[in-house]
Amino acid sequence: MTRYLVLAGQTLVAVALAPALAGFIRWLKARLQGRRGAPPWQPYFDVRKLFGKEAVVSHTASWIFKATPFLVFGTTVVVASLVPVVVAQVSPFVVGDLFAAVYLLLLGTFFLALAGLDTGSPFGGMGASREMTVVALTEPTVALSIVALALNAGSTSFSQIVAHTLTQPSAALGPGHLLAFAALFIVTLAETGRLPVDNPSTHLELTMIHEAMVLEYSGPYLALIEWGAALKLLVFLTLAANLFMPWGIALSLAPMALLIGLVSVIAKLGVLAAAIAVLETRVAKLRLFRVPELLSVSFVLALLAVMSTFLAR
Amino acid sequence: MDVIGVALWVMVAGYMGGAGLALMAPSPRAVRVITGIGAVVGSAAGLAAALTVLATHRPFEAVLPNLAATTGGVAIRLDLLGALFLALVAAVSLPAAIYGIAYTAAYDGRRSLRAFGLMFNGFLLGMSLVPSAGNVFTFLLAWELMAVTSYFLVLTENEHSDTREAGLWYAAMTHFGFVLLVPMFLMMAPGADATTFADLRAGAAGLSPAARNGVFLLAVVAFGSKAGLVPLHVWLPRAHPAAPSHVSALMSGAMIKLGIYGLMRVTIDLLGTGPEWWGGVVLVAGSLTALVGVLYALAENDLKRLLAYSSVENIGVIALGIGAGLVLQSYGLHSLALVGFGAALLHSVNHACFKGLLFLATGNVVHRAHTRNMEHMGGLIKGMPQTAAFFLIGSAAAAALPPLNGFASEWMVFQALLSGAQIPRPEIAIGTPLAVGVLALTSGLAAACFVKAFGISFLALPRSDAAARAREVHWSTRAMMAVLALGCVVLGLEAPRALGHMYRIVDSLSPFPGAAPPSPATSGTGVWLLSPNGIARASPLLIACLLTLVVMVVAIAIRARGLAVRPADTWGCGRIRQTPRMEYTSSAFAEPLRRIFSELYRPTEDLSVIVHPESPYFVRSITYTSQVVPWLERALYDPVIRGVRTLATYVRRLQAGSVHLYLLYIAGALAVAFVSAWWAE
Repeated sequence: MTRYLVLAGQTLVAVALAPALAGFIRWLKARLQGRRGAPPWQPYFDVRKLFGKEAVVSHTASWIFKATPFLVFGTTVVVASLVPVVVAQVSPFVVGDLFAAVYLLLLGTFFLALAGLDTGSPFGGMGASREMTVVALTEPTVALSIVALALNAGSTSFSQIVAHTLTQPSAALGPGHLLAFAALFIVTLAETGRLPVDNPSTHLELTMIHEAMVLEYSGPYLALIEWGAALKLLVFLTLAANLFMPWGIALSLAPMALLIGLVSVIAKLGVLAAAIAVLETRVAKLRLFRVPELLSVSFVLALLAVMSTFLAR
Repeated sequence: MDVIGVALWVMVAGYMGGAGLALMAPSPRAVRVITGIGAVVGSAAGLAAALTVLATHRPFEAVLPNLAATTGGVAIRLDLLGALFLALVAAVSLPAAIYGIAYTAAYDGRRSLRAFGLMFNGFLLGMSLVPSAGNVFTFLLAWELMAVTSYFLVLTENEHSDTREAGLWYAAMTHFGFVLLVPMFLMMAPGADATTFADLRAGAAGLSPAARNGVFLLAVVAFGSKAGLVPLHVWLPRAHPAAPSHVSALMSGAMIKLGIYGLMRVTIDLLGTGPEWWGGVVLVAGSLTALVGVLYALAENDLKRLLAYSSVENIGVIALGIGAGLVLQSYGLHSLALVGFGAALLHSVNHACFKGLLFLATGNVVHRAHTRNMEHMGGLIKGMPQTAAFFLIGSAAAAALPPLNGFASEWMVFQALLSGAQIPRPEIAIGTPLAVGVLALTSGLAAACFVKAFGISFLALPRSDAAARAREVHWSTRAMMAVLALGCVVLGLEAPRALGHMYRIVDSLSPFPGAAPPSPATSGTGVWLLSPNGIARASPLLIACLLTLVVMVVAIAIRARGLAVRPADTWGCGRIRQTPRMEYTSSAFAEPLRRIFSELYRPTEDLSVIVHPESPYFVRSITYTSQVVPWLERALYDPVIRGVRTLATYVRRLQAGSVHLYLLYIAGALAVAFVSAWWAE
């Protein structure tokens, strides 16, 4: 029973922290650019306000448009429940592994792209087309990064990978791990719509990917989508943090261990978020047709990670 | 004669009765109903026989030695593998047959429904007999029956030149495969009187390695041409769209799987697997097939062609599972090989289910929209909400999204490929991660492809009047789609149990009995799909429950706060009215990927701008056409076609039309016959 509660609690922590993570990146970016910026907790106010507003839905849209926000949020929450955020050893109750997580996220994206097409707006179609392109091209990198991790740990199970890295710290600094981390980081940028692939704060529809796809959403629907997007970012960063640098993660359900796990994951997420903020102030958005080059770089990194794992054996 | 024998007799009688009575029925309506009833009786009986064998684990055997006695008679042997594929054929043909009763009403008075009924039932009979065959003669007879009847079914709408061309391609490719099957069986058969599969299995052990390799390569090419392995897939995107939709569902869902059946029967069961390069060949062919299939599917605007290319992709995924199994088996990793073959079987069943569903749904769409071109569809979800929902379920399953059935089998193929890392030789083991990358790219592209297929055809504003007026078709067609959609959901949620059955089927094949020790991954797995080492796991059922729970909680929470929805126009940058011309089109949707993979597509582009005579700044009209060039196909097949043409012009000289010449030929032939008879003495 305690295990269920801890698992549910860890998922809720992830869901609750997600807006703060997005807000923190925004705030830090503003600071780095010499602006004052909204406080890191601004997204909570945004979400609350959006939940209170009415939703405007196009005449053209069907039920897909209305169901999608729930599905996108739902799949992201389920994925968050798979990922070891605070504690790693709850495996009997985790309903899937890394591949399941990837396909669940794909389920959310699938419906988001359909919703983009549903209103008949050219922007929605453009966003849907580009999003699916980017997602399709990131899939092999994600899979090969998983393979690189799984080859070391002997399994694609989250807790197994974490446990293996903890018992063999030297592997965490090995070339396989580092290369896979680099590949997964690039994929994180692409999948969560960050620069240089997509600009989360753009106001020009023609350059948008994710934002163009959700352009028609408003009110509570938009709140769910924004929250889901923030949670997706948190999930990817948690993966990068806890699969590659699992130190501090709780291995038992003792309150002290859980506390250390929580503090350490917040610290790790802070570091990665800061890295994204710095990166986003330093680089410009790539042209859409240069994005595949970036993604093929990440693919090659992941492939090298796999190769080096074989050579190291 | 036990219950299985009776069921098989009923099956044959049903199909033959449907075929025969359809020829004699008085009115078109009666023909349709009789065709359907015969097919339903036949496939229901076939399903019953197959399920009995699967449930009792006891193979069924029967021989009719007097029928075609010189060839060893007609022998039926329904073992677990055959029963699975018979069940697969019957499970697709049952809904397709009922669907067909209403669907073929469009042909009333316009075409020969009698001939159609004959061919349709003959086709189903052929497909049911292929996996039930117990000797070479029965197998080839059923194979040819299936090929010939389906050729006529493809030609149903033969007034279009496209259809006739598709029929020609199909006939050529399928007979190319047949021509290779005969020497393959000849090489395996130890003697002229030993042609049952049991004899071939016993004889295969004594074959030289070269002969075994030859048999394997012939099997890959012959069965690959039926299954649609690249580059032998060329007939698939031509023939499947040309046939009536329920026939397409049967061809894509069931017939091409019999190519997979043949490949597994010969390489795994009869030959008992071989050296690791066999697996390598299948893995490379599978990777190529999966990628090329999905990329061409993406660029396609014809909905049925898109689905046909998607079938090519799925055959690639199945081949990846078989290839992984063959490689692992060659290193003695039996329990891992079991996972590869089991995943391939599960994906065959899953693909039959969702592709059957998608083709039936497309049939309704084409019926109402009067076109297969997605650029003239759109907004169909309003007029055909149920068809749209079924197509959506099929699309999500085809994109391997959890918790539907495509996900479970792709997850298993991933795990089978991952366990390739346990191969002791790193230079070979390193190939399997590459296959993982290919499979991942394929599934990502498949998701994009089905977003396009569903989004462009069913969502947004209708792009033509016919699409705007589209309404649901007869309830029986929708009921049959509901059956297949339910199959997609149940096979997804209950995938672990289905997989357990697949493992038992593979376990019953000749290389395996007793070889595979029971492991957590291969024994009963409850709600969990397990990786071979039992550590990584996923549960479609629990994922579905959790997802439903979260969505319900969020929905209730939001409803409780009150969700005010205001209908309004789509936001449009200040334009006055939204028209379908503003929507993203099918070609536009695929454009980014078409550019990225332009080396494969090599699109031709033709842009002509007509400007005003007074000033070039005023444009009167712009015409832009772009086409994907199937250069791969042309490079391979054009020389062959040219060669055949040249040969034909030489052969034509023999056929000069002069009676004297023909008399000379007869005299010459007689002389040759006498001389050779004398020589043989």
